[in-house]
Amino acid sequence: MIEELLRRAGADREKAAKTFRRIMPDGKANPILPATTVSARALTLVVAIMTFLACLTLGAVILVNRTAETWQTQIAREATIQIRPAEGFDMDAALEKAKSLAETFDGITSAKIVDREATARLLEPWLGSGLDLDTLPVPRLVVVTIDPQSPPDFEAISATVARDIPNASFDSHRNWVDRLITMARTTALFGTGIFILVLAATVLTVVFATRGAMAGAGHVIEVLHFVGAQQGFISRQFRHRFFLIGLWGALAGGMLASLLFLALRFWGSANMAAPEADQAAALFGQFSLGLSGYGATLLVILAIASLTGLTSQLTVTAFLQDLHDGETK
Amino acid sequence: MIRFENVGLRYGIGPEILRDVSFHIPERSFQFLTGPSGAGKTSLLRLLFLSLKPTRGNITVFGRDRSTISRHDLPMLRRKIGVVFQDFRLLDHLTTFENVALPLRVRGREEASYKSDVRDLLAWVGLGDRMHVYPPVLSGGEKQRVSIARALIEQPAVLLADEPTGNVDPPLARRLLKLFIELNKLGTAVIIATHDLSLMEQVDSRRMVIHDNRVEIYD
Repeated sequence: MIEELLRRAGADREKAAKTFRRIMPDGKANPILPATTVSARALTLVVAIMTFLACLTLGAVILVNRTAETWQTQIAREATIQIRPAEGFDMDAALEKAKSLAETFDGITSAKIVDREATARLLEPWLGSGLDLDTLPVPRLVVVTIDPQSPPDFEAISATVARDIPNASFDSHRNWVDRLITMARTTALFGTGIFILVLAATVLTVVFATRGAMAGAGHVIEVLHFVGAQQGFISRQFRHRFFLIGLWGALAGGMLASLLFLALRFWGSANMAAPEADQAAALFGQFSLGLSGYGATLLVILAIASLTGLTSQLTVTAFLQDLHDGETK
Repeated sequence: MIRFENVGLRYGIGPEILRDVSFHIPERSFQFLTGPSGAGKTSLLRLLFLSLKPTRGNITVFGRDRSTISRHDLPMLRRKIGVVFQDFRLLDHLTTFENVALPLRVRGREEASYKSDVRDLLAWVGLGDRMHVYPPVLSGGEKQRVSIARALIEQPAVLLADEPTGNVDPPLARRLLKLFIELNKLGTAVIIATHDLSLMEQVDSRRMVIHDNRVEIYD
């Protein structure tokens, strides 16, 4: 139809085609939405920083949870039989009897007598070296290893030990284990709480930064609306653009956090014997997030990128709704 | 095609800008809309473009009652209405060529299917050698011509033009008017809002004059 209009209006189509070939560059058309703007770059930076903090918190929570679990399992795997010395008491026979007795119970995988040297080493920090155990009424220990999958009947062991071996008592470490479980759970809960707070802060920051970055886009939405673009078309354009902005930012932040954990892990491995690395390992375990940790980081990255895209889409919808409400006033 | 019956319009709780407006825009008609500054020409155009709803009265557009048209139906109806905005409404990050092609692009058409039409139309409005530049470097008159080309590119059923020759010299104004007339001959109803008496004198057509918030029709 436009051809007919131009023909009737006397347009010189040959000349127009020549000019077009001369001046129009070949290549891709500009995207319907403006390419990178200052506000988009600022949004990328905000998303990167918030994703870095969220992934760092997530990694820390994973490490703390794993360390707490390790403490708990290690302590829960052991129990001790303690035998106190007495006048004319055959300690070695009592130790052997306690060991044999312990091994008869289901759920106990092994029992080991803490020998004189090991006992002396245990007391060395308090009593110094060169200790002669016979001169002191030092109790002796039998360390019992427990199968954590099917633990034994602690009360039955305790009763049997008290009945069959004089001066002996069984310590299942249950008090310690219970305390550690409580502590580990509290630590994990605290860490999860912090992560939720950081995630909430990230969500709010990303939402407001996205809306801020879109503040100048009202004119574009309006023009697209007036030239007959459907709401779905406009929303898709913005969602796609802001998802990519969010993805770049989140990838940068998430990868930086992952690299930091990797660097700490290598530092820990390279300084395994050094006191500072030992100290850090005692507190946090190995700085290894594991596959699940890196998987969770990837999820955070995708969630933040999706959030950025979704926010832009909702902002477009709200803008068009306002425009329509204005149209109806 | 478009019918106004006792239409009134006010903004908020202000006075009525348009009162008891009744007229009919038939298919293939050509009319000028005129009146003093601030009389309500742009508001009337916005009512015609469906970007405002009347405070009272009935508007029927392409057989549909304005009050029943939903947000989702608006884009499809707007595709039948070409608008030349007084403030041009061009996108600064798109070239002249891309701005004119925008209505076709948002409908999902491939560039190959409309390239020659956009090119020839731009050449005809005198912007053949400005197709590759961006609006910030165009003059007011050039922007206006881009806006006109964008409104015409789809050959709409109705063309609404708000002061379309306000920023161009008389020869170019005559040239653009010729384009509007040819468009009208091909079946598009044209409504041109203007102050330009010399422009109106060039065409013997219906005139809609806004006076005292009412529209008087001179056939």
